[in-house]
Amino acid sequence: MSDVLTVQGLTVTVRDKTLVSEVDLTVGPGERVGLIGESGSGKSLTALSVLGLLPEDVVASGSVRLTGVDHDLIGADERRMSRVRGRELAMVFQEPMTALNPTMRIGDQIAEAMLIHRTRPGRGAARSAALELLERVQLPSDLMRAYPHQLSGGQRQRIVLALALANDPALLICDEPSTALDVTVQALVLDLIVKGVVARSSALLFITHDLAVVATVCERVLVMYGGRVVESGPVGEVFTNPRHRYTQGLLAASDLDTADRRLPTIRGNVPAAGQFPSGCVFRTRCPHATDICAGTPEWTGPVADGFACHHPAEPVSSPRLPAGGAHA
Amino acid sequence: MRRLNPSLVAGGVIVGIIVLMALVSFIWTPYDATFVDPSIRLAKPSWEHWFGTDKFGRDVLSQIMVGSRTTLFVGVVAVGVAAVIGVPLGILAAMVRRWPSEFIMRANDLVLAFPALLLAIMFGAVFGASTLTAMIAIGIASVPSFARVIRSGALQVMRTEYVLAARAAGRQPWPIAVRHVLPNVTSLITVQASVSFAIAVLAEAALSFLGFGTPPPTPSWGRMLQESQEFLFSAPRLAIFPGVAIAIAVLGFNLLGDGLRDRFDPKLEDRR
Amino acid sequence: MILRLIERTGVLLVSLAVSSVLVFAFMAVLPGDPARVALGVNASEQAVAELRQQFGLDRPLTTQYVDWLGGLLHGDLGTSYVSKAEIGPQVFDRLQVTLLLVLAGMVIALLIAVPAGTLMAARHRKVSGLALSAVSQIGVAVPAFLAGILLIMLFAVKLGWLPANGWTPPAQDPAMFLQQLILPALALGLVQGAVLTRYVRSAVLDVLREDYLRTARAKGLRPFQALWRHGLRNAAVPVVTVLGLQLATLLIGAVVVERVFVIPGLGSLLLDGVSNRDLLLVQDVVMVLVIAVLLVNFLVDLLYVALDPRLRVGSR
Repeated sequence: MSDVLTVQGLTVTVRDKTLVSEVDLTVGPGERVGLIGESGSGKSLTALSVLGLLPEDVVASGSVRLTGVDHDLIGADERRMSRVRGRELAMVFQEPMTALNPTMRIGDQIAEAMLIHRTRPGRGAARSAALELLERVQLPSDLMRAYPHQLSGGQRQRIVLALALANDPALLICDEPSTALDVTVQALVLDLIVKGVVARSSALLFITHDLAVVATVCERVLVMYGGRVVESGPVGEVFTNPRHRYTQGLLAASDLDTADRRLPTIRGNVPAAGQFPSGCVFRTRCPHATDICAGTPEWTGPVADGFACHHPAEPVSSPRLPAGGAHA
Repeated sequence: MRRLNPSLVAGGVIVGIIVLMALVSFIWTPYDATFVDPSIRLAKPSWEHWFGTDKFGRDVLSQIMVGSRTTLFVGVVAVGVAAVIGVPLGILAAMVRRWPSEFIMRANDLVLAFPALLLAIMFGAVFGASTLTAMIAIGIASVPSFARVIRSGALQVMRTEYVLAARAAGRQPWPIAVRHVLPNVTSLITVQASVSFAIAVLAEAALSFLGFGTPPPTPSWGRMLQESQEFLFSAPRLAIFPGVAIAIAVLGFNLLGDGLRDRFDPKLEDRR
Repeated sequence: MILRLIERTGVLLVSLAVSSVLVFAFMAVLPGDPARVALGVNASEQAVAELRQQFGLDRPLTTQYVDWLGGLLHGDLGTSYVSKAEIGPQVFDRLQVTLLLVLAGMVIALLIAVPAGTLMAARHRKVSGLALSAVSQIGVAVPAFLAGILLIMLFAVKLGWLPANGWTPPAQDPAMFLQQLILPALALGLVQGAVLTRYVRSAVLDVLREDYLRTARAKGLRPFQALWRHGLRNAAVPVVTVLGLQLATLLIGAVVVERVFVIPGLGSLLLDGVSNRDLLLVQDVVMVLVIAVLLVNFLVDLLYVALDPRLRVGSR
């Protein structure tokens, strides 16, 4: 079966600065893929490029193909993109407090998602579908007539999820959907997201900086740093056996198992957007950097399971297959 | 050095030219602006009279030059009155408790129901129209906008760490107002003064047009416009010159205000 | 909702009461003796005393105030000291004219400001947006009476398409009424439209930056659809405030425009009153204008609540 989302050579620039360069990524049908990295690593821009909702002045190039859509999403005009958005492709944003229209009733906002794409025959059908969606995200039906300001952040994020899932999209993109929420409701929202995509066999591209969240939500993960994908692979493998030195540092700094020890940090700071070094983007902060790191490291392994590092960490166990190997 | 913004430059240049014109008019004008010469009534623009002459044979260019003095004088006094009343009121409203503050702002809103023109007409009806009544009326009508802007600025200053620290250290409100609040709202005062100046120029012109401003024979752009009305068919230029002068002056002060606002708060740059 | 309505009504009533005291104090007390003002300095003591007695100006001020206010509440604005005519009917007659003019001006202002402001915001980085911005900046700098004079020069003098001035009641000759209304309404509307455009632009710019607009686009709405369905009502909230203030400006601005176009509205009545030293007439017209302004502010406050559901429950 072919992939739901195929991104090839995605590069995002603003004026003369390159914010994302040469990103390749795929998401298979029903697959849940995590995109992790620190803020400024380019993960949100990658998502917005797929959706075609980049801010003014910010330009994407490369190729983004979505299953069931017969044109490239990069460079497609508004008319065509508006047919894809909210239909095959939906998104949940980070900030639930401001994501909903303050002057429109909740029910109307959910129903609108279906009426735009005419996936329900009429206003009445859309409203009853909206009611059902409310139930699915475990909210009481009387919220249909409520306004966003009457809801908590967690409730609003569930509304945003409900309207994103309204048309059973082939791919759902979530950009830090639980970051702005209280810890107590984070788990609920994440659970609803996973249940929602599983029930629709939708694919999920999940963006976060929180490794623990990726570990619970995703099956596969991509690590981004400095606008590039530096490593990818199944969650279990990448987290137990990181090859790229950045991934290694990131995991060490946010150790998932031990809390009693002082966590090591990655030295230095994330450079400002567009200020990353040439060659390996991590070399200015990497303890293993040598002269050859001034050259851009080659990608080792298949797109879905590999890394780009001149001095990779030694495989601990079950070594990865060499490039072009028999990868299932 | 920050990039010069075009509004600030354009506004500054226009206002500069008007001020220069007013200053020059004290020592030199092409002709005596009030000198009546019936032999050259309604003369067309020529080398002798660049802008022509009016129905009494007075030189239009000289009148425009002297008229700029009236405009600036009224503006300065009106904005001065508005600032002297509005700024302390705004700071006071930001510093006192809820109820007195609410009272000040409500009173403020009430004054808004009396626009400059209406106030000036009331003043004119009671005291007789003069430059003074016009200036005071425009000044009073501009108080609410000053008070409002300064209050919101002062409220922000009152919430800053250093004011909280000064209050925690037991400083009296009065020194806090003078030492901390006032210096931090000067940029707001400057911007508001420029915007109010533009409004004052408009109001003065309208009042002179109605006969509630500067009485003759002192030249005033608004009255020149009013006198031109009977010649709209035969000598439209008599309306054009003072009209353009008014519009350029207002444009200048508006641009200056916009430019200053952008300069003091670059975040807002493309909001207005 | 109900609480807010009661609160706003209270504010309105108090404002009306306070402003009536202010107007009365200013117009009836400050000049000293309205009878003397009406008759002029050369009138004999006896004539002044007679006039004073005739109009009850010799009674205590509080009685005079209560009398005036009571009449005001019944629509009785008293009798002019100068023309000895009933003031009420004149004022209401003229008020209709002014209201028609202001309304027409407002409609024109809105017709200009909403599309132009939205376009300017949507293209704020492009040349067309900047050009519109410059035009609006110039429009703001032109006072309404100057716009009126320029319009007369162009459409009445040069082209001869429309009458230069005059007023015909709509009931008498609708076609003539419209022809004569166009220029003064344009004079008011163009200038207010330019001012309003700048507010619409900044309101729409603010809305364009909002997250919910991005959500709307992520749902599949095209940029202008998203702005129309989700942005308009939100952008309207700040614009409505300005609109209220502008209606006040327009009411007063109409005074000057009426003078330019020789229209028998409230403004010309006010100016005639001043030149005839008819202080009671001036006092009444000023009060009517202030009442109109306060009423507009009140309605704007209510409209606010209707537009923004966040203001409906609880307090601010």
